[in-house]
Amino acid sequence: MKHDAGGKVQKGKRDFLKYVLGGGLVAWAVSILYPLFAYLKPPKQAEVEVSSVKAGKLSAIEKDSGMIVRFGNKPVILVRSAGGELRAFSATCTHLDCTVQYRKDMGVIWCACHNGKYDLNGKNIAGPPPRPLDEYRVVVQREEVLISKKS
Amino acid sequence: MKTRLTKFYAWIDERVELEDLVNFMGKKYVPVHRHSIWYYFGGVTLFLFLIQVVTGILLLLYYKSGEELAFESIQFIMSKVQFGWLIRSIHSWAANLFILTAVIHMFSVYFGKAYRKPREITWLTGMLMLFLGMGFGFSGYLLPWNELAFFATKVGTDIAGVLPFVGKPIMVFLRGGEEVTGATLSRFFGFHVAVFPGIFTVLLGIHLVLVQRQGMSEPLGMENPEEAERKTMPFFPNFLLRDLLLWLIVLNLLAILAVFFPWELGKKADPFAPAPAGILPEWYFLFMFQTLKLIPAKLLVVDGEVIGIMLFGIAGLLWMVIPFWDRKSSRGEQNRVVNYIGLFVVGYIILFTILGWVL
Repeated sequence: MKHDAGGKVQKGKRDFLKYVLGGGLVAWAVSILYPLFAYLKPPKQAEVEVSSVKAGKLSAIEKDSGMIVRFGNKPVILVRSAGGELRAFSATCTHLDCTVQYRKDMGVIWCACHNGKYDLNGKNIAGPPPRPLDEYRVVVQREEVLISKKS
Repeated sequence: MKTRLTKFYAWIDERVELEDLVNFMGKKYVPVHRHSIWYYFGGVTLFLFLIQVVTGILLLLYYKSGEELAFESIQFIMSKVQFGWLIRSIHSWAANLFILTAVIHMFSVYFGKAYRKPREITWLTGMLMLFLGMGFGFSGYLLPWNELAFFATKVGTDIAGVLPFVGKPIMVFLRGGEEVTGATLSRFFGFHVAVFPGIFTVLLGIHLVLVQRQGMSEPLGMENPEEAERKTMPFFPNFLLRDLLLWLIVLNLLAILAVFFPWELGKKADPFAPAPAGILPEWYFLFMFQTLKLIPAKLLVVDGEVIGIMLFGIAGLLWMVIPFWDRKSSRGEQNRVVNYIGLFVVGYIILFTILGWVL
């Protein structure tokens, strides 16, 4: 009987040490791994919040043409249709992130990477793109073309 | 001279006991049969890796990483540094030949079922090195910071981002941010010259030790004929000398390619220019690229690209663990299913690579 009780105490002690040492080991590993993983994650860069950009004079933009405009750190495509209508979309293809361009010969917005096509409303009409391009608002103020985010 | 060499050898031998090693090398034989030619592709791949190490170190002497420096530093290497064009062209050509010979080596091992017991670890390390080789190719492709590289990297890292749950953090980790920028270039440079070479060297060490220890595998059905009819050649010096001769031929081929088809640099990357028409990835990614191009935008409710990428991922994984599901070969029985799968994969890769070029 006495022996058994002693064994129990022994086991209790051993378990206690096991948990202390095991827990210590885990805590030690975390204290090393956490800073490492945190270091690998790039810090958020303070982005300049852009609400609108100037794309140039209306008279300088030819009919039936497209151009890439810098919108903060993102490319935006400004298309002027053959009829003279202005439209702006995110120039980032919704398929795999390439930058699209306006194809005069086909009259569509085209991505060279995987042959994706969008119509002049930004809708994906052919190829692999799964979604339409995000549309931006275009306004002409005193001959100046302004592009802004659609809220 | 002779006595000095002998003395030197004795000096070393006394301290590190070379005798066992020399005996082992002397007793190593390479089987000779009608498929023996495939044994040489591993060696050639090793040689091309060594070329990459040497030319890579040489390029490091002048290369500068950074959005405003990378392209210009390669221009400098190509135009101002004596034989810089040669070193860079050899590095680019050897990289492509490396993938080619590694792929041939891999398929020869596959069809010879050389991955079967007891060589599972050799196969696994080999497959990991092949994937790492593609990683080398993908990361090295960006380093000149030209237009093609910029969009290839955008697409490649975006593909990683398509994976469910883990994709986005992986993409941000690879890019060093949300977009492909100079931060991406710094990271890829680090992977290319430090992380990958370190891992690769360890895998290569295991791979080579295993090949030496276990000897060459023989194709199923050809092993254990009558001991008397078995043809072999000593590894040292017969096989090694043949290896070296082939290495010499490959070195000449590299020189010819580098001189007559120097690697182009292209236009500097501009994050605000559209992707150029006719953009293609490196040829060894072309079959996957072409598949992504042809897959429909939506399959039921899921984006087509997600399906395509997941399928390639799963296929690659199954391919890598083949020693563990092809039990028949390990028992020494013929497994035709494996042959058919292999032929299908080879056919698919060739067909879609060609389609990628012509479409």
